[in-house]
Amino acid sequence: MSILVIADHDNNALKNATLNAVAAATKMGGDIAVLIAGGGCQAAVQAAAAIAGVTKVLVADAPQYKDALPENLAALVVGLASGFTHIVSPATAFGKTVSPRIAALLDVSQISEIIEVVSPDTFVRPIYAGSAMATVQSNEKIKVITVRATGFDAVARTGGSAAIEAVAAGADLGISTMVGRELTKSDRPELTAAKVVVSGGRGMGSGEAFKILEPLADRLGAAMGASRAAVDAGYVPNDWQVGQTGKIVAPDLYVAVGISGAIQHLAGMKDSRVIIAINKDDEAPIFEIADYGIVGDLFQIVPELVKELG
Amino acid sequence: MKVLVPVKRVVDYNVKVRVKSDGTGVETANVKMSMNPFDEISIEEAIRLREAGIATEVIAVSCGVAACQETLRTALAIGADRAILVETDVELQPLAVAKLLKAVVDKEGPKLAIVGKQAIDDDCNQTGQMLAALLGWPQGTFANKITVEGEKLRVAREVDGGLETVILNLPAVITSDLRLNEPRYVTLPNIMKAKKKPLEIIKPDALGVDVTPRLVTLKVVEPPKRKGGLKVPDVQTLVMKLRTEAKVIE
Ligand SMILES: Cc1cc2nc3c(=O)[nH]c(=O)nc-3n(C[C@H](O)[C@H](O)[C@H](O)COP(=O)(O)OP(=O)(O)OC[C@H]3O[C@@H](n4cnc5c(N)ncnc54)[C@H](O)[C@@H]3O)c2cc1C
Ligand SMILES: Nc1ncnc2c1ncn2[C@@H]1O[C@H](COP(=O)(O)O)[C@@H](O)[C@H]1O
Repeated sequence: MSILVIADHDNNALKNATLNAVAAATKMGGDIAVLIAGGGCQAAVQAAAAIAGVTKVLVADAPQYKDALPENLAALVVGLASGFTHIVSPATAFGKTVSPRIAALLDVSQISEIIEVVSPDTFVRPIYAGSAMATVQSNEKIKVITVRATGFDAVARTGGSAAIEAVAAGADLGISTMVGRELTKSDRPELTAAKVVVSGGRGMGSGEAFKILEPLADRLGAAMGASRAAVDAGYVPNDWQVGQTGKIVAPDLYVAVGISGAIQHLAGMKDSRVIIAINKDDEAPIFEIADYGIVGDLFQIVPELVKELG
Repeated sequence: MKVLVPVKRVVDYNVKVRVKSDGTGVETANVKMSMNPFDEISIEEAIRLREAGIATEVIAVSCGVAACQETLRTALAIGADRAILVETDVELQPLAVAKLLKAVVDKEGPKLAIVGKQAIDDDCNQTGQMLAALLGWPQGTFANKITVEGEKLRVAREVDGGLETVILNLPAVITSDLRLNEPRYVTLPNIMKAKKKPLEIIKPDALGVDVTPRLVTLKVVEPPKRKGGLKVPDVQTLVMKLRTEAKVIE
């Protein structure tokens, strides 16, 4: 058995979810190779070689991989695939984009967003917004899998010393080009890796109102998130959305402010260790899953909470 | 150009899904079914392209049981020009759907396929990417805004850190995200009109596609229940409990 993990990185650093994907690969058993495809990605290569448990780092360093375009990347991976029993990607925007393309080119199915490895060919994954857990078996020659980060504790970033091996770059297919990135700037921890998340919903009423959550997030060292309703209303950026079709988080502490608790939102946060809900409607469904609910006006409670935390 | 829009019939997003006691799946008998919400967004986008004079024809395609005709009628009522049902009782997995859609593309010759980002039942998020792979077309996943620029397509994509813009050669596949547009309401006159629009039914065999499932679902169970529900009277109590009971803050 030999597993290829497709790293999500920005040519310099590895995205955290890559370490959770390696953790899942470790449970499948066998040698683990990590692919760094990028342009000017030597820093990412060094980072990958240091991951605990990785045997080999495959490197394709060429301009056509710099922007992680799925067309070029999938073609590259398909060329490498024959030596592997599993091709594993983190279920990040990047992994979700490239992995099914790899699977289809190999004529194999993909198992999406696994949260548990039962055996090398059997996995557990949530379906219906987490309302059910399916145990799925694959008899494909190569198992193509994406990994939900919250299902696996990340492996250590250090402690490994993998061999580094260059692989031949493929052609630039030239059918897509990256023309711009507008990344949300923030000094806060990354949403999917944060130990504490403070999220606001439609109850915030405006983008301006999210400012009252900032002192709370500052005090708790939290990342900020939101419900779909808050994003759709334009209060906060798209990439703050937590839920079935947004980001999946499972921090030690999740604070839901002015969020009703629709199943699609719960799908993204109900595996958090401790959940606090602040809502003025004492029948809001969020209270059913919250460890600590507090009924009242968020504009009064949030500042009080900041004060009490000191 | 022709635009192809796959539409999936799924359990309505408002339904509280229940797991069958025998562990074989979820209860779908007597449950409200609807078009996958992302596919409504896709149809809307295709119609806007037609209204802008860019698309010449919008073709909705569904793969599955005979009842998918209802979903296709909804697509026609929103404004699709015609519909195709690839009818089968076999449980379809994304790779099989992608192969069926590829066969339909080969037959119909659209220059753009607008696929939903994710079906809210299987939560796979695969079909559009697979279709693009099988066709050798570029893909713009999680589209937030699209603009046709001659033989190219500009796609703003929702990614983990914000937005990314790519330019794709046409023909291309995009997958629609929530903010691509807000679908219009279906009006009664349009529902009546939709009844007269063409709906063709074909079988996977006729398309030369083997749809046999490749993955086996061994069991489906309920997720572990959270034991929440405690309410605290005030902020002081909350902070005290966070410190001493939950131990999540200093
Ligand atoms: C295809 C699809 C995908 C979806 N994906 C997601 C997803 O990924 N993530 C997601 O979050 N949603 C998702 N949704 C949307 C989901 O169904 C809900 O509509 C959404 O989560 C509701 O957001 P909300 O709780 O902020 O708003 P609401 O349901 O409107 O709740 C607002 C809450 O704020 C409370 N409130 C108002 N004012 C105050 C105040 N002053 N003080 C205290 N409380 C107050 C109200 O009591 C209410 O409970 C999806 C829906 C669909 C159809
Ligand atoms: N049986 C189907 N019929 C038509 N379209 C489908 C079908 N299954 C999936 N799709 C399309 O693929 C998208 C993503 O589905 P999935 O990959 O299953 O999450 C859906 O939003 C549809 O646009």
